[in-house]
Amino acid sequence: METKQLVCVNCPKGCSITVTLDNGKVVDIKGYTCDKGRNYAAQETVRPMRVLTSTVKVEGAALRVLPVITDREIPLDLCEKAMEEIRQLDVKAPIKVNDVIVADFLGTGANLVASRSMKA
Amino acid sequence: MKHYQAVVIGAGCAGLGAAVALKQNGIQEVLILEKDDEAGGILNQCIHNGFGLTTFKEQLSGPAFAERFEDQAEQLGVEFKTGTMVTKLNPDKTIEYVNPKEGYTTISADAIILAVGCYERSRGAVEIPGERPAGIYTAGQAQRYLNIDGYLVGKRVFILGSGDIGLIMARRMTLEGAKVLGVAELMPYSNGLPRNMKQCLEDFNIPLYLSHTVTHVYGHDRLERVEIAEVGPDRKPIAGTEKSFDVDTLLLSVGLIPENHLGDDCGIEMDPHTKGPVVDENYMTSIEGVFAAGNGLNVHDLADYAAHQGGKAGEGAARYIKNGKMKEGTVRTVAGENVGYVVPGVLHTASLPPVIEFYFRVRKPLKASDIIVRSGEKVIRTIAKDHLIPSEMENVILAGKQLDGLQEDLVIEVKEK
Repeated sequence: METKQLVCVNCPKGCSITVTLDNGKVVDIKGYTCDKGRNYAAQETVRPMRVLTSTVKVEGAALRVLPVITDREIPLDLCEKAMEEIRQLDVKAPIKVNDVIVADFLGTGANLVASRSMKA
Repeated sequence: MKHYQAVVIGAGCAGLGAAVALKQNGIQEVLILEKDDEAGGILNQCIHNGFGLTTFKEQLSGPAFAERFEDQAEQLGVEFKTGTMVTKLNPDKTIEYVNPKEGYTTISADAIILAVGCYERSRGAVEIPGERPAGIYTAGQAQRYLNIDGYLVGKRVFILGSGDIGLIMARRMTLEGAKVLGVAELMPYSNGLPRNMKQCLEDFNIPLYLSHTVTHVYGHDRLERVEIAEVGPDRKPIAGTEKSFDVDTLLLSVGLIPENHLGDDCGIEMDPHTKGPVVDENYMTSIEGVFAAGNGLNVHDLADYAAHQGGKAGEGAARYIKNGKMKEGTVRTVAGENVGYVVPGVLHTASLPPVIEFYFRVRKPLKASDIIVRSGEKVIRTIAKDHLIPSEMENVILAGKQLDGLQEDLVIEVKEK
Protein backbone atom coordinates (compact mmCIF):
# COMPACT_ATOMS: atom_id res chain seq x y z
CA MET A 1 0.00 0.00 0.00
CA GLU A 2 1.19 3.50 -0.77
CA THR A 3 -0.46 6.89 -0.32
CA LYS A 4 -0.22 9.91 -2.59
CA GLN A 5 -0.89 13.49 -1.51
CA LEU A 6 -2.61 15.54 -4.21
CA VAL A 7 -3.83 19.11 -4.55
CA CYS A 8 -7.08 19.29 -6.51
CA VAL A 9 -6.83 21.73 -9.42
CA ASN A 10 -10.54 21.87 -10.24
CA CYS A 11 -11.28 25.08 -8.39
CA PRO A 12 -9.52 27.72 -6.31
CA LYS A 13 -10.39 25.89 -3.07
CA GLY A 14 -7.48 23.55 -3.86
CA CYS A 15 -8.57 20.67 -1.61
CA SER A 16 -5.76 18.51 -0.32
CA ILE A 17 -6.62 14.89 -1.25
CA THR A 18 -5.00 11.66 -0.07
CA VAL A 19 -5.17 8.70 -2.46
CA THR A 20 -4.30 5.20 -1.21
CA LEU A 21 -3.03 2.77 -3.84
CA ASP A 22 -2.54 -0.98 -3.67
CA ASN A 23 -0.30 -2.22 -6.51
CA GLY A 24 -1.18 0.90 -8.51
CA LYS A 25 -4.92 0.38 -7.98
CA VAL A 26 -6.87 3.11 -6.16
CA VAL A 27 -8.40 1.66 -2.96
CA ASP A 28 -9.26 4.82 -1.03
CA ILE A 29 -9.66 8.56 -1.64
CA LYS A 30 -9.94 11.04 1.24
CA GLY A 31 -10.12 14.82 1.54
CA TYR A 32 -12.19 15.71 -1.51
CA THR A 33 -15.28 17.89 -1.05
CA CYS A 34 -17.09 17.29 -4.35
CA ASP A 35 -17.52 14.67 -7.10
CA LYS A 36 -15.15 16.55 -9.38
CA GLY A 37 -12.47 16.31 -6.73
CA ARG A 38 -12.95 12.55 -6.30
CA ASN A 39 -12.83 11.99 -10.08
CA TYR A 40 -9.77 14.19 -10.36
CA ALA A 41 -7.92 12.25 -7.67
CA ALA A 42 -8.76 8.88 -9.25
CA GLN A 43 -7.67 10.10 -12.70
CA GLU A 44 -4.55 11.90 -11.48
CA THR A 45 -2.87 8.67 -10.37
CA VAL A 46 -3.53 7.06 -13.79
CA ARG A 47 -3.04 9.83 -16.37
CA PRO A 48 -3.23 13.50 -15.28
CA MET A 49 -5.77 15.52 -17.27
CA ARG A 50 -5.89 19.31 -17.60
CA VAL A 51 -7.93 22.03 -19.28
CA LEU A 52 -5.62 23.73 -21.79
CA THR A 53 -5.91 27.45 -22.59
CA SER A 54 -3.95 29.35 -25.20
CA THR A 55 -4.41 31.82 -28.07
CA VAL A 56 -4.67 31.44 -31.86
CA LYS A 57 -3.96 33.97 -34.58
CA VAL A 58 -7.07 35.87 -35.66
CA GLU A 59 -7.61 37.91 -38.80
CA GLY A 60 -10.04 40.76 -39.32
CA ALA A 61 -10.46 41.70 -35.65
CA ALA A 62 -9.17 44.64 -33.61
CA LEU A 63 -6.89 42.23 -31.72
CA ARG A 64 -4.20 39.90 -33.11
CA VAL A 65 -4.99 36.80 -31.08
CA LEU A 66 -8.11 35.00 -29.90
CA PRO A 67 -8.10 33.16 -26.56
CA VAL A 68 -9.11 29.49 -26.83
CA ILE A 69 -9.87 26.75 -24.31
CA THR A 70 -10.49 22.99 -24.42
CA ASP A 71 -14.11 22.39 -23.42
CA ARG A 72 -13.01 19.55 -21.17
CA GLU A 73 -9.74 18.14 -19.80
CA ILE A 74 -7.18 16.62 -22.14
CA PRO A 75 -4.20 14.48 -21.07
CA LEU A 76 -1.42 16.64 -19.62
CA ASP A 77 1.16 14.62 -21.61
CA LEU A 78 -0.53 15.81 -24.83
CA CYS A 79 -0.28 19.51 -24.01
CA GLU A 80 3.03 20.02 -25.83
CA LYS A 81 1.65 18.43 -28.99
CA ALA A 82 -1.56 20.42 -28.56
CA MET A 83 0.45 23.66 -28.48
CA GLU A 84 2.17 22.71 -31.76
CA GLU A 85 -1.26 22.28 -33.36
CA ILE A 86 -2.52 25.56 -31.89
CA ARG A 87 0.45 27.46 -33.36
CA GLN A 88 -0.62 26.36 -36.88
CA LEU A 89 -4.18 27.63 -36.48
CA ASP A 90 -5.53 30.79 -38.07
CA VAL A 91 -9.12 31.96 -37.61
CA LYS A 92 -11.22 34.81 -39.00
CA ALA A 93 -13.47 37.24 -37.13
CA PRO A 94 -16.37 37.47 -36.39
CA ILE A 95 -16.28 34.81 -33.70
CA LYS A 96 -18.77 33.99 -30.97
CA VAL A 97 -17.77 32.66 -27.58
CA ASN A 98 -17.80 28.81 -27.56
CA ASP A 99 -17.48 28.60 -31.37
CA VAL A 100 -15.67 25.33 -32.10
CA ILE A 101 -12.21 26.04 -33.53
CA VAL A 102 -11.12 22.36 -33.71
CA ALA A 103 -13.59 19.53 -33.06
CA ASP A 104 -12.31 16.36 -31.33
CA PHE A 105 -8.97 18.06 -30.67
CA LEU A 106 -6.13 15.53 -31.16
CA GLY A 107 -8.69 12.74 -30.94
CA THR A 108 -9.26 13.46 -27.25
CA GLY A 109 -13.00 13.96 -27.58
CA ALA A 110 -12.55 17.54 -26.31
CA ASN A 111 -13.26 20.49 -28.60
CA LEU A 112 -10.98 23.50 -28.80
CA VAL A 113 -13.37 26.47 -28.53
CA ALA A 114 -13.18 30.27 -28.57
CA SER A 115 -13.16 31.62 -25.03
CA ARG A 116 -14.56 35.01 -26.02
CA SER A 117 -16.45 36.69 -28.85
CA MET A 118 -14.64 38.94 -31.30
CA LYS A 119 -16.26 41.37 -33.71
CA ALA A 120 -15.06 41.71 -37.29
CA MET B 1 -23.74 69.22 -17.62
CA LYS B 2 -25.20 65.76 -18.12
CA HIS B 3 -26.41 64.11 -14.92
CA TYR B 4 -26.65 60.37 -14.16
CA GLN B 5 -28.12 58.57 -11.18
CA ALA B 6 -25.04 56.35 -10.99
CA VAL B 7 -21.62 56.34 -12.66
CA VAL B 8 -19.22 53.43 -12.27
CA ILE B 9 -15.54 54.10 -12.97
CA GLY B 10 -13.92 50.97 -14.39
CA ALA B 11 -15.51 48.10 -16.38
CA GLY B 12 -13.56 45.21 -14.86
CA CYS B 13 -15.18 42.52 -12.74
CA ALA B 14 -16.06 44.83 -9.82
CA GLY B 15 -17.39 47.60 -12.07
CA LEU B 16 -19.52 45.24 -14.14
CA GLY B 17 -20.80 43.60 -10.95
CA ALA B 18 -21.68 47.03 -9.54
CA ALA B 19 -23.46 48.20 -12.70
CA VAL B 20 -25.54 45.02 -12.89
CA ALA B 21 -26.52 45.32 -9.22
CA LEU B 22 -27.48 49.00 -9.62
CA LYS B 23 -29.83 48.07 -12.47
CA GLN B 24 -31.24 45.08 -10.61
CA ASN B 25 -31.97 47.37 -7.67
CA GLY B 26 -34.05 49.70 -9.77
CA ILE B 27 -31.60 52.45 -10.73
CA GLN B 28 -32.47 53.75 -14.20
CA GLU B 29 -29.47 55.69 -15.49
CA VAL B 30 -26.25 53.78 -15.00
CA LEU B 31 -23.09 54.69 -16.90
CA ILE B 32 -19.75 52.81 -16.90
CA LEU B 33 -16.58 54.65 -17.86
CA GLU B 34 -13.69 52.46 -19.05
CA LYS B 35 -10.25 53.64 -20.16
CA ASP B 36 -9.52 50.56 -22.31
CA ASP B 37 -11.12 50.07 -25.73
CA GLU B 38 -13.38 47.33 -24.43
CA ALA B 39 -14.99 46.32 -21.15
CA GLY B 40 -13.65 43.40 -19.08
CA GLY B 41 -10.56 44.91 -17.47
CA ILE B 42 -7.76 42.52 -16.54
CA LEU B 43 -10.10 39.54 -17.13
CA ASN B 44 -9.45 39.97 -20.86
CA GLN B 45 -5.81 38.98 -20.45
CA CYS B 46 -6.49 36.20 -17.90
CA ILE B 47 -7.20 33.55 -20.54
CA HIS B 48 -6.75 30.65 -18.08
CA ASN B 49 -9.78 28.90 -16.60
CA GLY B 50 -11.08 28.93 -13.05
CA PHE B 51 -13.33 31.99 -13.17
CA GLY B 52 -17.02 32.03 -12.40
CA LEU B 53 -17.26 29.11 -9.97
CA THR B 54 -19.06 31.09 -7.28
CA THR B 55 -20.82 33.53 -9.64
CA PHE B 56 -22.08 31.25 -12.43
CA LYS B 57 -21.31 27.76 -10.97
CA GLU B 58 -19.13 27.09 -14.02
CA GLN B 59 -15.43 27.05 -14.88
CA LEU B 60 -14.86 29.87 -17.34
CA SER B 61 -11.85 31.62 -18.81
CA GLY B 62 -11.36 35.24 -17.76
CA PRO B 63 -12.60 36.69 -21.08
CA ALA B 64 -15.68 34.42 -21.06
CA PHE B 65 -16.44 35.45 -17.46
CA ALA B 66 -16.18 39.14 -18.43
CA GLU B 67 -18.38 38.58 -21.48
CA ARG B 68 -21.15 37.04 -19.35
CA PHE B 69 -21.21 40.09 -17.11
CA GLU B 70 -20.95 42.51 -20.00
CA ASP B 71 -23.89 40.86 -21.80
CA GLN B 72 -25.91 40.99 -18.59
CA ALA B 73 -25.10 44.68 -18.10
CA GLU B 74 -25.95 45.49 -21.73
CA GLN B 75 -29.25 43.62 -21.55
CA LEU B 76 -30.15 45.58 -18.43
CA GLY B 77 -29.49 48.83 -20.31
CA VAL B 78 -26.23 49.97 -18.72
CA GLU B 79 -24.57 52.66 -20.85
CA PHE B 80 -20.88 52.04 -21.67
CA LYS B 81 -18.26 54.62 -22.60
CA THR B 82 -15.03 52.81 -23.49
CA GLY B 83 -11.77 54.47 -24.51
CA THR B 84 -12.68 56.99 -21.84
CA MET B 85 -10.15 58.13 -19.27
CA VAL B 86 -11.38 59.72 -16.06
CA THR B 87 -8.97 62.52 -15.23
CA LYS B 88 -10.60 63.89 -12.09
CA LEU B 89 -13.16 63.03 -9.47
CA ASN B 90 -14.45 65.96 -7.42
CA PRO B 91 -16.03 65.94 -3.94
CA ASP B 92 -19.18 67.55 -5.37
CA LYS B 93 -19.70 64.29 -7.31
CA THR B 94 -18.68 65.62 -10.69
CA ILE B 95 -16.43 63.54 -12.93
CA GLU B 96 -14.09 64.91 -15.61
CA TYR B 97 -13.14 62.57 -18.43
CA VAL B 98 -11.65 62.59 -21.91
CA ASN B 99 -12.34 60.42 -24.96
CA PRO B 100 -11.85 60.86 -28.71
CA LYS B 101 -15.57 61.43 -29.42
CA GLU B 102 -16.53 63.98 -26.77
CA GLY B 103 -13.14 65.46 -25.94
CA TYR B 104 -12.99 66.85 -22.42
CA THR B 105 -16.31 66.42 -20.65
CA THR B 106 -17.70 66.92 -17.15
CA ILE B 107 -20.70 64.97 -15.84
CA SER B 108 -22.37 64.70 -12.45
CA ALA B 109 -23.98 61.81 -10.57
CA ASP B 110 -26.02 61.03 -7.47
CA ALA B 111 -23.72 58.11 -6.73
CA ILE B 112 -20.26 57.23 -8.03
CA ILE B 113 -18.63 53.82 -7.64
CA LEU B 114 -14.86 53.57 -7.89
CA ALA B 115 -14.03 50.16 -9.38
CA VAL B 116 -10.58 51.18 -10.50
CA GLY B 117 -8.63 47.98 -9.83
CA CYS B 118 -5.02 47.78 -8.80
CA TYR B 119 -1.53 48.00 -10.24
CA GLU B 120 1.49 45.73 -9.86
CA ARG B 121 4.46 46.47 -7.65
CA SER B 122 7.37 47.09 -9.98
CA ARG B 123 11.15 46.69 -9.90
CA GLY B 124 11.53 50.09 -8.26
CA ALA B 125 9.21 49.04 -5.44
CA VAL B 126 11.31 45.97 -4.61
CA GLU B 127 14.67 47.68 -5.14
CA ILE B 128 16.61 45.09 -7.15
CA PRO B 129 20.20 46.30 -7.61
CA GLY B 130 21.96 46.14 -10.96
CA GLU B 131 21.84 47.60 -14.42
CA ARG B 132 18.71 48.67 -16.28
CA PRO B 133 18.45 46.27 -19.21
CA ALA B 134 15.36 45.42 -21.23
CA GLY B 135 13.67 42.16 -20.27
CA ILE B 136 12.33 42.98 -16.81
CA TYR B 137 8.54 42.99 -16.71
CA THR B 138 5.79 42.70 -14.18
CA ALA B 139 3.95 39.40 -14.66
CA GLY B 140 0.74 41.14 -15.71
CA GLN B 141 2.59 43.23 -18.30
CA ALA B 142 4.07 40.06 -19.88
CA GLN B 143 0.59 38.49 -19.70
CA ARG B 144 -0.96 41.37 -21.61
CA TYR B 145 1.76 41.27 -24.30
CA LEU B 146 1.27 37.52 -24.77
CA ASN B 147 -2.49 37.05 -24.43
CA ILE B 148 -3.80 40.26 -26.00
CA ASP B 149 -1.02 41.51 -28.28
CA GLY B 150 0.43 38.10 -29.22
CA TYR B 151 4.09 38.75 -28.26
CA LEU B 152 6.18 36.36 -26.16
CA VAL B 153 8.51 38.62 -24.16
CA GLY B 154 11.41 36.17 -23.74
CA LYS B 155 12.78 32.66 -24.13
CA ARG B 156 14.62 32.02 -20.86
CA VAL B 157 12.72 33.28 -17.86
CA PHE B 158 13.13 33.65 -14.12
CA ILE B 159 10.25 34.76 -11.91
CA LEU B 160 10.46 36.69 -8.65
CA GLY B 161 7.46 36.23 -6.36
CA SER B 162 5.03 33.34 -6.13
CA GLY B 163 1.87 35.39 -6.65
CA ASP B 164 -0.78 33.74 -8.80
CA ILE B 165 -0.13 35.83 -11.92
CA GLY B 166 3.55 34.85 -11.81
CA LEU B 167 2.65 31.16 -11.48
CA ILE B 168 0.09 31.37 -14.29
CA MET B 169 2.71 33.04 -16.49
CA ALA B 170 5.29 30.34 -15.66
CA ARG B 171 2.92 27.77 -17.18
CA ARG B 172 1.79 29.97 -20.04
CA MET B 173 5.31 30.88 -21.19
CA THR B 174 6.45 27.25 -20.84
CA LEU B 175 3.58 26.12 -23.07
CA GLU B 176 4.58 28.80 -25.58
CA GLY B 177 8.07 27.33 -25.77
CA ALA B 178 10.00 29.46 -23.27
CA LYS B 179 12.15 27.86 -20.58
CA VAL B 180 11.22 28.96 -17.07
CA LEU B 181 14.23 28.27 -14.85
CA GLY B 182 12.67 28.94 -11.49
CA VAL B 183 10.53 31.02 -9.15
CA ALA B 184 12.00 32.73 -6.08
CA GLU B 185 9.78 33.63 -3.12
CA LEU B 186 11.05 35.87 -0.33
CA MET B 187 8.78 34.32 2.29
CA PRO B 188 9.21 30.76 3.62
CA TYR B 189 5.75 29.94 2.20
CA SER B 190 4.11 30.35 -1.20
CA ASN B 191 1.86 33.30 -1.91
CA GLY B 192 -0.10 31.57 -4.67
CA LEU B 193 -3.11 29.27 -4.55
CA PRO B 194 -2.18 25.61 -3.91
CA ARG B 195 -3.80 24.60 -7.24
CA ASN B 196 -1.49 26.97 -9.10
CA MET B 197 1.58 25.58 -7.33
CA LYS B 198 0.46 22.19 -8.60
CA GLN B 199 -0.74 22.90 -12.14
CA CYS B 200 1.65 25.73 -13.04
CA LEU B 201 4.93 24.67 -11.40
CA GLU B 202 4.85 20.95 -10.50
CA ASP B 203 3.21 19.92 -13.78
CA PHE B 204 6.17 21.44 -15.65
CA ASN B 205 8.94 20.65 -13.12
CA ILE B 206 9.65 24.34 -12.47
CA PRO B 207 11.59 24.71 -9.21
CA LEU B 208 10.33 27.02 -6.44
CA TYR B 209 12.99 28.60 -4.22
CA LEU B 210 11.31 29.56 -0.93
CA SER B 211 13.12 32.10 1.30
CA HIS B 212 15.05 33.37 -1.74
CA THR B 213 15.18 36.69 -3.54
CA VAL B 214 16.82 38.20 -6.61
CA THR B 215 19.95 40.03 -5.42
CA HIS B 216 21.33 41.33 -8.73
CA VAL B 217 20.48 41.64 -12.42
CA TYR B 218 23.19 41.73 -15.11
CA GLY B 219 23.07 42.84 -18.75
CA HIS B 220 23.58 46.12 -20.55
CA ASP B 221 21.03 46.24 -23.39
CA ARG B 222 19.10 43.07 -22.61
CA LEU B 223 18.96 41.09 -19.38
CA GLU B 224 21.63 38.33 -19.43
CA ARG B 225 21.75 36.91 -15.92
CA VAL B 226 20.03 37.11 -12.55
CA GLU B 227 21.58 36.23 -9.23
CA ILE B 228 19.43 34.94 -6.39
CA ALA B 229 20.31 34.24 -2.75
CA GLU B 230 18.71 32.63 0.26
CA VAL B 231 17.34 35.02 2.87
CA GLY B 232 17.41 34.66 6.64
CA PRO B 233 14.47 35.18 9.03
CA ASP B 234 15.16 38.93 8.74
CA ARG B 235 14.54 38.55 4.94
CA LYS B 236 18.09 39.79 4.23
CA PRO B 237 20.27 37.82 1.72
CA ILE B 238 22.75 35.38 3.27
CA ALA B 239 26.27 35.80 1.83
CA GLY B 240 27.63 32.70 0.15
CA THR B 241 24.23 31.28 -0.89
CA GLU B 242 24.14 33.00 -4.30
CA LYS B 243 23.07 31.12 -7.44
CA SER B 244 23.04 32.47 -11.01
CA PHE B 245 20.65 31.85 -13.90
CA ASP B 246 21.31 32.84 -17.52
CA VAL B 247 18.00 34.38 -18.55
CA ASP B 248 16.76 37.06 -20.94
CA THR B 249 13.62 37.79 -18.93
CA LEU B 250 12.74 38.45 -15.30
CA LEU B 251 9.07 38.57 -14.35
CA LEU B 252 7.99 40.24 -11.11
CA SER B 253 4.95 38.90 -9.29
CA VAL B 254 5.48 40.73 -6.05
CA GLY B 255 2.13 42.12 -5.06
CA LEU B 256 -0.73 44.34 -6.07
CA ILE B 257 -1.61 47.80 -4.79
CA PRO B 258 -5.03 49.45 -5.15
CA GLU B 259 -4.94 52.19 -7.78
CA ASN B 260 -6.16 55.29 -6.02
CA HIS B 261 -4.92 58.53 -7.51
CA LEU B 262 -8.51 59.62 -8.33
CA GLY B 263 -9.65 58.96 -4.76
CA ASP B 264 -6.54 60.52 -3.25
CA ASP B 265 -6.90 63.74 -5.27
CA CYS B 266 -10.55 63.90 -4.29
CA GLY B 267 -9.60 63.80 -0.60
CA ILE B 268 -11.08 60.39 0.20
CA GLU B 269 -9.79 58.93 3.47
CA MET B 270 -7.44 56.02 2.74
CA ASP B 271 -6.63 52.97 4.87
CA PRO B 272 -2.82 52.73 5.20
CA HIS B 273 -3.08 48.92 5.44
CA THR B 274 -5.22 48.13 2.38
CA LYS B 275 -3.96 51.24 0.50
CA GLY B 276 -7.59 51.62 -0.58
CA PRO B 277 -10.40 53.92 0.65
CA VAL B 278 -11.94 53.47 4.08
CA VAL B 279 -15.51 52.34 3.36
CA ASP B 280 -18.58 51.65 5.48
CA GLU B 281 -21.02 48.72 5.44
CA ASN B 282 -22.54 50.09 2.21
CA TYR B 283 -19.10 50.52 0.63
CA MET B 284 -19.43 54.28 0.88
CA THR B 285 -16.14 56.16 1.25
CA SER B 286 -15.55 59.16 3.50
CA ILE B 287 -17.14 61.32 0.77
CA GLU B 288 -20.90 61.00 0.75
CA GLY B 289 -22.23 59.35 -2.40
CA VAL B 290 -18.83 58.02 -3.51
CA PHE B 291 -18.41 54.24 -3.18
CA ALA B 292 -15.54 51.82 -3.80
CA ALA B 293 -15.23 48.10 -4.52
CA GLY B 294 -13.02 45.42 -6.01
CA ASN B 295 -9.24 45.44 -6.15
CA GLY B 296 -9.22 49.23 -5.94
CA LEU B 297 -10.62 48.81 -2.42
CA ASN B 298 -8.74 45.75 -1.18
CA VAL B 299 -6.88 43.18 -3.27
CA HIS B 300 -8.93 40.00 -3.69
CA ASP B 301 -7.78 36.40 -4.35
CA LEU B 302 -10.41 35.72 -7.01
CA ALA B 303 -12.21 37.76 -9.66
CA ASP B 304 -15.48 36.19 -8.44
CA TYR B 305 -15.00 37.86 -5.05
CA ALA B 306 -14.18 41.25 -6.61
CA ALA B 307 -17.33 40.98 -8.77
CA HIS B 308 -19.37 40.01 -5.70
CA GLN B 309 -18.05 42.99 -3.77
CA GLY B 310 -18.86 45.21 -6.76
CA GLY B 311 -22.42 43.90 -6.55
CA LYS B 312 -22.60 44.73 -2.85
CA ALA B 313 -21.34 48.26 -3.53
CA GLY B 314 -23.98 48.55 -6.26
CA GLU B 315 -26.66 47.55 -3.74
CA GLY B 316 -25.27 50.06 -1.24
CA ALA B 317 -25.25 52.83 -3.84
CA ALA B 318 -28.83 51.97 -4.89
CA ARG B 319 -29.93 52.19 -1.24
CA TYR B 320 -28.21 55.55 -0.96
CA ILE B 321 -29.82 56.91 -4.15
CA LYS B 322 -33.26 55.88 -2.86
CA ASN B 323 -32.91 56.72 0.86
CA GLY B 324 -30.34 59.50 0.97
CA LYS B 325 -28.04 60.09 3.89
CA MET B 326 -26.87 57.06 5.87
CA LYS B 327 -23.98 58.26 7.92
CA GLU B 328 -25.16 58.22 11.54
CA GLY B 329 -23.76 56.27 14.47
CA THR B 330 -20.15 55.85 13.42
CA VAL B 331 -18.18 52.93 14.85
CA ARG B 332 -14.71 51.95 13.57
CA THR B 333 -13.63 48.40 12.84
CA VAL B 334 -10.19 47.46 14.09
CA ALA B 335 -7.67 44.85 12.91
CA GLY B 336 -6.75 43.04 16.14
CA GLU B 337 -4.13 40.39 16.92
CA ASN B 338 -2.69 38.67 13.79
CA VAL B 339 -5.00 40.61 11.46
CA GLY B 340 -3.60 42.92 8.76
CA TYR B 341 -6.70 44.90 7.87
CA VAL B 342 -10.50 44.82 8.06
CA VAL B 343 -12.91 45.95 5.33
CA PRO B 344 -15.29 47.74 5.91
CA GLY B 345 -13.22 50.08 8.08
CA VAL B 346 -16.19 51.90 9.55
CA LEU B 347 -19.84 51.09 10.36
CA HIS B 348 -22.86 53.36 10.54
CA THR B 349 -25.05 51.64 13.06
CA ALA B 350 -28.14 53.70 12.19
CA SER B 351 -28.48 52.11 8.75
CA LEU B 352 -27.07 48.59 8.88
CA PRO B 353 -28.06 46.33 5.98
CA PRO B 354 -29.50 42.86 6.84
CA VAL B 355 -26.16 41.17 6.14
CA ILE B 356 -22.64 42.58 6.42
CA GLU B 357 -19.55 40.85 5.07
CA PHE B 358 -16.19 41.58 6.62
CA TYR B 359 -12.99 40.85 4.72
CA PHE B 360 -9.57 40.51 6.28
CA ARG B 361 -6.17 38.87 5.89
CA VAL B 362 -3.96 37.37 8.58
CA ARG B 363 -0.42 38.73 8.87
CA LYS B 364 1.32 35.32 8.95
CA PRO B 365 0.41 31.63 8.51
CA LEU B 366 -1.49 30.35 11.57
CA LYS B 367 -2.39 26.83 12.73
CA ALA B 368 -5.75 25.93 14.31
CA SER B 369 -7.20 29.25 15.43
CA ASP B 370 -10.33 31.09 16.46
CA ILE B 371 -11.52 34.12 14.53
CA ILE B 372 -13.06 36.35 17.19
CA VAL B 373 -15.35 39.31 16.47
CA ARG B 374 -15.87 41.48 19.52
CA SER B 375 -16.93 44.93 20.60
CA GLY B 376 -15.06 45.91 23.73
CA GLU B 377 -15.18 42.74 25.87
CA LYS B 378 -18.42 41.49 24.32
CA VAL B 379 -17.75 38.61 21.91
CA ILE B 380 -20.20 38.74 18.98
CA ARG B 381 -19.00 35.73 17.03
CA THR B 382 -16.27 33.08 17.18
CA ILE B 383 -15.32 30.93 14.20
CA ALA B 384 -12.90 27.99 14.45
CA LYS B 385 -10.43 27.50 11.59
CA ASP B 386 -7.97 24.67 10.88
CA HIS B 387 -5.42 27.01 9.39
CA LEU B 388 -5.14 30.52 7.97
CA ILE B 389 -2.62 31.94 5.50
CA PRO B 390 -2.00 35.52 4.32
CA SER B 391 -2.58 34.61 0.66
CA GLU B 392 -6.18 33.63 1.42
CA MET B 393 -8.57 36.42 2.24
CA GLU B 394 -10.97 35.54 5.06
CA ASN B 395 -14.60 36.46 5.11
CA VAL B 396 -16.89 36.79 8.16
CA ILE B 397 -20.60 37.35 7.68
CA LEU B 398 -22.69 38.98 10.39
CA ALA B 399 -26.36 39.85 10.48
CA GLY B 400 -26.92 43.59 10.74
CA LYS B 401 -29.05 43.08 13.87
CA GLN B 402 -26.11 41.33 15.62
CA LEU B 403 -24.51 44.77 15.60
CA ASP B 404 -27.56 46.74 16.81
CA GLY B 405 -26.69 49.26 19.46
CA LEU B 406 -22.95 48.83 18.93
CA GLN B 407 -21.09 51.43 20.99
CA GLU B 408 -17.41 50.49 20.98
CA ASP B 409 -15.05 49.69 18.08
CA LEU B 410 -15.62 46.33 16.41
CA VAL B 411 -12.44 44.27 16.70
CA ILE B 412 -11.62 41.25 14.52
CA GLU B 413 -8.73 39.18 15.86
CA VAL B 414 -7.33 35.69 15.34
CA LYS B 415 -5.96 33.66 18.26
CA GLU B 416 -4.01 30.45 17.77
CA LYS B 417 -5.30 27.64 19.98
